[in-house]
Amino acid sequence: MDSPGDKWVGQSLPRFEDAALLTGRGRYFDDCGTPPGTLHAAILRSPHGHARIEGIETAAARALPGVAAILTGEDIRATTTSLVVGVKAPMECWPIAVERVRYVGEPVVVVVATDRYVAEDALDLIEVRYAPLPAVTDPVAALAPAAPVLHDGLKGNLASERRFRYGDPEAAFAAAAHRVRIDVAYPRSACTPIECYGVLAEYDPGEDSYDVFANFQGPFSIHAVIARALRVPGNRLRLRTPPDSGGSFGVKQGVFPYIVLIAAAAKACGRPVKWVEDRLEHLAASSVATNRVTRLEAAVTADGIITALDWDQLEDCGAQLRAPEPATLYRMHGNMTGAYAIRNVAIRNRVVLTNKAPTGLNRGFGGPQVYFALERLVQRIAITLGLHPLDVIRLNLVPTAAMPYRTASGALLDSGDYATALETALRDGRHDELLRRRDAARAQGRHYGIGYTAVVEPSVSNMGYITAVLTPAERKRAGPKNGAQATATIQCDAVGSVSVHVASVPQGQGHRTVLAQVVADELGLRPQDIRVVTDIDTAKDAWSIASGNYASRFAPAVAGVARIAAQQLRARLTRIAAPLLNVPPEDVVLAGGKLHASGNADNALPFARVASSPHWAPGTLPAEDSAPLRETAWWTPPELTAPNESDEVNSSLCHGFIFDFCGVEVDRITGETRIDHYVTMHDCGTVLHPGMVAGQVTGGFAHALGAALYEAHSYADDGSLQTGTFADYLVPTAMEVPAPIILHHESPSPFTPLGAKGVGEGNCMSTPVCIANAVADALGLHDVTLPLLPATLAAHLHGAEPNAPAAAPKGERLLRGEGQARVNAPREQLWALLLDPDALMAIVPGAHGIQRTSPTDYTAEVTLGIGPVKGRYRVALALSDLDEPNALTLSGNAAGALGFGQGRGQVTLTDANGATIIAYRYEAAVGGKVASIAGRLLDGATRVVISQFFAALARQAAPQAPWWQRLLQRLGLRA
Amino acid sequence: MKPAKFDYVQAEALDEALATLRAEGEGARIIAGGQSLLPMLNMRLARPAVLVDIMHIAALAEATATTETLRIGAAVRQAALLARPSLHPLLAAALPWVGHAQTRSRGTLCGSVAHADPSAEIPLVLLALQGEILLRSARRARRVAATDFFTGMMQTARHEDEMIEAITIPQPRTGEGYAFREVGRRHGDFAIVACAAAAHATGVRLAIGGVADHPAARELPADSAQWDDALDAFAHALDARDDLHATATYRRQLVRKLGRQVMQEAAACRA
Amino acid sequence: MPRLSATQRHSIRFTLNGTPVQGEAEPRMLLTDFLRHVLGATGTHVGCEHGVCGACTVQVDGALARACLTLAVQVQGCEIRTVEGLAPAPGRLSILQEAFRRHHALQCGFCTAGILMSLDAFLRAQPDADEAALRDLLSGHLCRCTGYAPIIAAALDAAARLRETAHA
Repeated sequence: MDSPGDKWVGQSLPRFEDAALLTGRGRYFDDCGTPPGTLHAAILRSPHGHARIEGIETAAARALPGVAAILTGEDIRATTTSLVVGVKAPMECWPIAVERVRYVGEPVVVVVATDRYVAEDALDLIEVRYAPLPAVTDPVAALAPAAPVLHDGLKGNLASERRFRYGDPEAAFAAAAHRVRIDVAYPRSACTPIECYGVLAEYDPGEDSYDVFANFQGPFSIHAVIARALRVPGNRLRLRTPPDSGGSFGVKQGVFPYIVLIAAAAKACGRPVKWVEDRLEHLAASSVATNRVTRLEAAVTADGIITALDWDQLEDCGAQLRAPEPATLYRMHGNMTGAYAIRNVAIRNRVVLTNKAPTGLNRGFGGPQVYFALERLVQRIAITLGLHPLDVIRLNLVPTAAMPYRTASGALLDSGDYATALETALRDGRHDELLRRRDAARAQGRHYGIGYTAVVEPSVSNMGYITAVLTPAERKRAGPKNGAQATATIQCDAVGSVSVHVASVPQGQGHRTVLAQVVADELGLRPQDIRVVTDIDTAKDAWSIASGNYASRFAPAVAGVARIAAQQLRARLTRIAAPLLNVPPEDVVLAGGKLHASGNADNALPFARVASSPHWAPGTLPAEDSAPLRETAWWTPPELTAPNESDEVNSSLCHGFIFDFCGVEVDRITGETRIDHYVTMHDCGTVLHPGMVAGQVTGGFAHALGAALYEAHSYADDGSLQTGTFADYLVPTAMEVPAPIILHHESPSPFTPLGAKGVGEGNCMSTPVCIANAVADALGLHDVTLPLLPATLAAHLHGAEPNAPAAAPKGERLLRGEGQARVNAPREQLWALLLDPDALMAIVPGAHGIQRTSPTDYTAEVTLGIGPVKGRYRVALALSDLDEPNALTLSGNAAGALGFGQGRGQVTLTDANGATIIAYRYEAAVGGKVASIAGRLLDGATRVVISQFFAALARQAAPQAPWWQRLLQRLGLRA
Repeated sequence: MKPAKFDYVQAEALDEALATLRAEGEGARIIAGGQSLLPMLNMRLARPAVLVDIMHIAALAEATATTETLRIGAAVRQAALLARPSLHPLLAAALPWVGHAQTRSRGTLCGSVAHADPSAEIPLVLLALQGEILLRSARRARRVAATDFFTGMMQTARHEDEMIEAITIPQPRTGEGYAFREVGRRHGDFAIVACAAAAHATGVRLAIGGVADHPAARELPADSAQWDDALDAFAHALDARDDLHATATYRRQLVRKLGRQVMQEAAACRA
Repeated sequence: MPRLSATQRHSIRFTLNGTPVQGEAEPRMLLTDFLRHVLGATGTHVGCEHGVCGACTVQVDGALARACLTLAVQVQGCEIRTVEGLAPAPGRLSILQEAFRRHHALQCGFCTAGILMSLDAFLRAQPDADEAALRDLLSGHLCRCTGYAPIIAAALDAAARLRETAHA
């Protein structure tokens, strides 16, 4: 590594981060130790999608040895302020449920104890009485007049609606030869970093200040949100991050409500409090991407040129609008025409609230939702007009000569040669060969298809884009917001060694290595000579609201400002060295660890001597250079202006280009999709580190493949979460993810110091829809919904099922069943049994503590078990429709730590020569914890419990069955 | 996500384990490899009063083969069996589908049988091959045929005071053929449909997992012309249901189509 | 062995990366928590606590184990190997670790310890493992950063170099 060649930047150096991470010496949040006396928090969470909290019984939990504090929503509300909401709407946003729960997993009680085990023991002892409310999980249904309302102040569930118009879309549609429309629903997915959230908070009552250590990733605009919620000025909230992070992909922005919660708990306890999120908590209630329902229509000429787009987007942000939402909807606002030159655009954006987890940053942030609609539409246009999809793409791409290109909705596409990149990808990605493979497969009757996608990948967000959710008049009142402040600090110590600090908060991308390369190039040093620190301490470091790790801003913004800081430092070094070398400053060269005269390498000074001189001999230096060498640079691009009066928004500074194509085969029996060939062409401007860029592409591709084929954050209609574990939220493994072919075409950005653009999110935008287009091509599908479930695709392949049984109504979660038993006792005896509470409870498996609340109503405590899964429930049973001794209805509900359920059973008793046939028909609905973490087993388990009940009934009614009957039963034969 | 409290007994001898089961009743739970039990403990779905660790009972750690049967003790880990130079071809085909290498190295075959997950592979193989489960309590020992053992969702014929001492599987016989196929969302996931077939001279025994509440097996005729009707009837009898990952229709269709493929493969292996 | 009471802490002894260690734990304590918070060996990471993600994979008497699906009391007297025990010496990396660095087979590094432990055991048992076998093995681990391609490349490279070393 001693020979720099031309430059360090552009080389795939081994990462400086890796030696520690490979040997178990990383310093992630939970590796960093705690102050003496630290307590540990656990959080009780809602099992209901929507319910009123009627009471919280905590006495038993408080009495548990080791428990220090128990905090409910009321306690938190007393010491904090609601988190700010990004739209002008009358609603609050608390980090813990207040009066009502609105999604499964919402925090309800925080327990603080001596360790996590004890804290969880205490959770078991807390009883929350809920009055369930109707839940709504579908964004379209949530807008219906009769839909349950989540936030009473809002009247309905619509949190925001704005319309936008650019060019003359009405005229373009009126003149169009074709109007082509697509309706899509993009599902929720989440990036699920392998490290979950962690927060350690301390409160100092003397200064009324908080010291928080958390694996927060930025943006640090959220620092202001947290401080406001904790009712302190910003300088009373010190926020620090650990040196290493176990991944984020945007998700660790969403730790901030928990920072408020744990900080408030620390204040309540007077001790440091630590909380580490577990995976069940993470899957239920961290940060998930929005689901979106989109109708998109294009005006198209007879030749296939798209003249206008009409967007109608309905964005589902879940149960709360958490900062910075509804940013997912507006992040792409300048890019609603994708990679195409379309001058006329109409947009309606609506934001709706539903009984699902609140949404937040996730890799791709708004891009997957937009491109799924746009690029599915492009394929549909091709089919409608009888064109090849590639031809529709080619006809409409932004022309190279038009760069930099201002889109209809205001983005300034900085650079690119889309046409050349596309043709290069087809050539180097062996498109011709792929066509032959497809034809050969189809000739054998196999289901093979090819998909194409062209997208622009925005990076370096304009901090003002989200204000497009406000009207121009509202924006005027609030004051303009814009820019993307980045900062870097470089200093030389007393022996002249160089340290760099940036507020980039990397989440595993290797920032320290790249920054060392950038700075080494400017200072004529080796990267290993530079020490880079990337964790942040808001009390001591330079930072601004845009600081952090999001919007793919590292390479274009942070690495760029590090270069500017290095250039400032170099200028000072050359000024100091020039008189010593007897040359003008412009003739001083920094190379090989020395400063030397241009053209005379022997006239040289060691770098360390010059760099350390202000520490040791400031008196020898001119006053302006006598301070030690420490340069802080700030950079914000002038192109990122605030949204204007016409709602034109330059939402991002840089725009990479991606062109993907792929070949897939769908198995004719199983409906499984196999990716045979995937090519992804990237133009991310100047590549700073090819190895890391490849890593960003393969990593983004894997996330996208998950979204396309496996991952969906799913809820049942009653608001139950269905994907509460990694056994149901399906992250693809090495068996599922093939290696894509990665190609590059570099068009440096004219707007960034190094010419680099972001690259980490693009495949999350391009790949899901590319795979969807390929599957649509393989099966001739009109509509495609992600993830591409084999069962759904197989239904197309298999056709109608021969003599299919009647299907349950769509979306219904009711479990239905029936059965019967023959009891060797007269009907009257059974009837008496059913009306005798003691006898009835004797047959309810595991029942105790029965109470009769009316002649036909009973309550009891019941322990139910399926295999090793045992739980205690409060059960209420009621008898109705009494028709002695023929029939009755038995209805009941149960609630406990593992979940809740309700059911009704119609029981009929038929005489059979002195014996009785007891027949039952039931329907039951079950939800809660078990539904979230073991939904696969739920129906079967419910059936077991119900059949246990009736088997016990039969046993109780006929305790003296003849020996031969008992023997037959023993042998498993029906008596 | 931490377990609730429990006592722990590391049994050194079978009698010690059985005595604890007898004394504690349903409060006791056997732990062998723990690969099904620990997730349930961590999620506090299971809360036994005492765990009885049987992995130090030397007598249970043996798998012994005779010409007739393979007897697999309760402490035999899946990876250990898979590493044997010769293994029943159906077990050899099914075992790599059990979890992942990192769980097979701990998990036991008998533990999977005791857990009785409806998607599990080892119960399916046991059913296809008409194996037996050897149960033992402090009072007595008994054998239960696999066909009688799995009674419902995680429900078996085992009594509270009994533990599985071993399972036995008939050794492959000449003139028989075996095949195994499984469809899940990802590799290593719970099966949506798993098929195990044993073909013999007079028919094919097909076992299906992942569809009904417990694995189920049927004898189907040897004549492949009758398979479609027989598979259709089998598919309907399994009472498939929709879940997050697959529809009931899909499951029935896979029973018909994949079931047929597996039967063909098994029949072809007879030769 | 006497019955260990749920409410007491019991002495647990085993060998960690060749060194005898001792600590106290209730019967319910997971091996992950024992390693990390009792012994301070934080290289083993916790990702899901239900046995799916593989981040906590360690070796118990040479066999792979999810430390989150293992109780500390279960490994009494065993030999445990974790990521801290892979490097041949401080400041040096093993052939496998070097391959990971060379191929950029880690980004955030949080899942890496478990993956290294799996590959270390597997390549010892199956030095000729091909890509299909490695993918099958690695399907017991979730990585959200790399997309797996560089991990496969590093594993194949390490396997080849380990074979060379063995023949040399």
